[in-house]
Amino acid sequence: MSIRKKLYFWTDERLKIATLVDYMSHKAVPMHGHSIWYYFGGISLFLFIVQVITGIFLLLYYRPGAESAYESVKFIISEVSFGWLIRAIHSWSANLMVFAAFIHMFSVFFTHAYRSPREMTWISGIFLLALALAFGFSGYLLPWNELSFFATRVGTGMAGAIPVVGKFALTLMRGGEDVTGATIGRFFGLHVAVLPGIFAILLSFHLFFIQRQGISEPLEWERNPNTIKKYIPFFPNFILKDILVWLIMLNILAILAVFLPDGISAVHWPLGQKADPFAPPPPVIRPEWYFIFAFQALKILPSHIWFIEGELFGIMVLSGAGVIWLLIPFLAGSFKGGRKPALVIAFGWLVILFIIVMTFLGYVLE
Amino acid sequence: MFGALAKLIRLTFIPAFLLVVSPLPALADKCFDCHSGWEEGDKTPSKLFSHDVHLKNGLGCSDCHGGDPTLDDMDEVRKSRGFKGVPNPAKIPDFCAACHSNPAYMVKHNPALPTDQLEKYKTSIHGKRLYEKGDIKVANCVSCHSVHNIESPEIPTSTVYAQNIPQTCARCHADSAYMKEYGIPTDQYEKFAKSVHGMALLVKKDNGAPACNDCHGNHGATPPGVTSLSAVCGTCHNLIADNFAKSPHKAAFDAMEYPECEACHSNHYIEEPKLYWVGTTDSSLCIKCHAPDDGTRGLATADEISKSLAKLFRSYGQSVAEIADADEKGMMVTDEKFALNEVKQAIIQTRTEVHTFDAARVGVIAESGIATAEKVYKVGQSKIDDYYFRRKGLGIATLLITILAIAIYLKIKSIDK
Repeated sequence: MSIRKKLYFWTDERLKIATLVDYMSHKAVPMHGHSIWYYFGGISLFLFIVQVITGIFLLLYYRPGAESAYESVKFIISEVSFGWLIRAIHSWSANLMVFAAFIHMFSVFFTHAYRSPREMTWISGIFLLALALAFGFSGYLLPWNELSFFATRVGTGMAGAIPVVGKFALTLMRGGEDVTGATIGRFFGLHVAVLPGIFAILLSFHLFFIQRQGISEPLEWERNPNTIKKYIPFFPNFILKDILVWLIMLNILAILAVFLPDGISAVHWPLGQKADPFAPPPPVIRPEWYFIFAFQALKILPSHIWFIEGELFGIMVLSGAGVIWLLIPFLAGSFKGGRKPALVIAFGWLVILFIIVMTFLGYVLE
Repeated sequence: MFGALAKLIRLTFIPAFLLVVSPLPALADKCFDCHSGWEEGDKTPSKLFSHDVHLKNGLGCSDCHGGDPTLDDMDEVRKSRGFKGVPNPAKIPDFCAACHSNPAYMVKHNPALPTDQLEKYKTSIHGKRLYEKGDIKVANCVSCHSVHNIESPEIPTSTVYAQNIPQTCARCHADSAYMKEYGIPTDQYEKFAKSVHGMALLVKKDNGAPACNDCHGNHGATPPGVTSLSAVCGTCHNLIADNFAKSPHKAAFDAMEYPECEACHSNHYIEEPKLYWVGTTDSSLCIKCHAPDDGTRGLATADEISKSLAKLFRSYGQSVAEIADADEKGMMVTDEKFALNEVKQAIIQTRTEVHTFDAARVGVIAESGIATAEKVYKVGQSKIDDYYFRRKGLGIATLLITILAIAIYLKIKSIDK
């Protein structure tokens, strides 16, 4: 008996993996013209794993606090062996994860994979994306440099526009009236403990739903019952393809981290100068690229719309659109006979157009 | 009753109303009304006077030119009390000094302004020629401060604003035809503009850099003589002047009646110091006076100092280039750039210490700079090595991942079959 088989039997004796392998090998993944979109969920997961690993490494040297945060990040990238590489991979994977998660979300939206019985997979996915954005927002402040300080001041300041709870939310986030060392403590705790904990639970649910319900088949198969349906086994065929994509991503990450350790253009994170609350703010303060569309939309609104404050109106409209987006599986109606919901598709394109235009304006109108 | 009320209005409210709405200066000073009426162009006294510091301090035409400003008729004005009219050029300093040399008067308008301008002016070359020889071509108050649009030296449009002073002096001093009879050069402005002082003042717009008046004085403008030159330069370069005064050169220069700073640095065209100035080569300044057999250690000292400086400059140049290279490659060199400032500081210090003409003192500072520069150079080198190591590492990692990816791809293909 080969060593591989011996190892398998040894493990199976203890964990009963034979049933799991049997379950996975009987699971089939539909193959069709849009199968490529299936890989983006896996890419997001891979990049999240990379972030967890690099985040743990960064945690070994990072010291939160107004007097130590900047210095420790500087130490990591200039003195710690491969510290620069770890920080660069952490930052690149964070940005690429958000990008992959957006593609994953829109691909699920336009292939209508959210439809019954996968409503909970969609909702958990939307919350996961929201958590990913919260990871980005909280992590941005941690180097305590000039840009992150002022961007966080503007970002948290927007929360103050929310009626009734705005002032409370702002003080809660900042740990006081202004962004200070207390804010770093809060954001740090959020970034390395609170968010990962919630993320892990939600991610488990998300993956559990996918495993139990299988991967959604295209709507066209329902519309044309005569179509020849092709499947491949989840294990090992699809898993191997997933691993191949992950390896390609790893190569891309390595190249980006080595050639562009501080990022490039709108996606950049140079350490720069230490945050100085008394210094004049830099001429251009921008949040991370994935917040630009919301930031720009709130910025171009007039001071008042009817009797409502412009910023508050913007927050209400964006929040309303977010709730509709979240509840799409329940609002899209019936998909009987492979019917395509034209209104939902139009709404999806409107959202994409809005994000692209606002992001473009956010970078151009400066 | 109504008659009494009407009288009250007529006597109290109407005059009060007129007092508020009527243009008081026009009523009080007729000079403006008439002169602005018939003068044409932008450079006329009435136009220029709107920017004048005297107007801003509440003074009018009659405060300088005398006469009764409430009169309409010019003939009557000429006959009125204290009328001075246009002053004779030879009398302009006294004309201005009537107020400016009167502390009791000046304290009411500008207490910070000195009142000794006329006294100083009389000691200047300009003043001496005017008062002793009656030469009205020399500069008087209005030559520099202008007429009717006199502005405070702090105002950038003022003719005596620091950055405008060289041009103001050059109006006469760079005019070879105008200056012909005085037999002095007229290339001072041209030389000054190219000098380190001129570049700092006129190009970098650094008002801290010296203009003509900082060396020559302003109201007491005098060319500094051989004995006073080091005192003039030492006003700003005090450490250098101090070093020079304690050096063996001081006695030698005094004996030979050499101007101290000017002997090596020239006067108006003062260049950025060059490394080759100190040494024993043909282009060095030391050999102008020293010779191998002159019985002094002059050339030996010059040679030692020259070698120390050359080594310091070489080390600095190499470390700057190395750090720039590392920086360009995207490596973090913030601390090293900061350390290079220490080397630059050492270079500045050696420039001061050179004036002790003590090779040992220069050597100590140079060595400390060289040690820092070499340390920075090594760090720069290690950063560049690290840069190439990263790329080699990336190459190997990418290759391994690619091989693994190809293997998986082949496995997928075989399973699909």
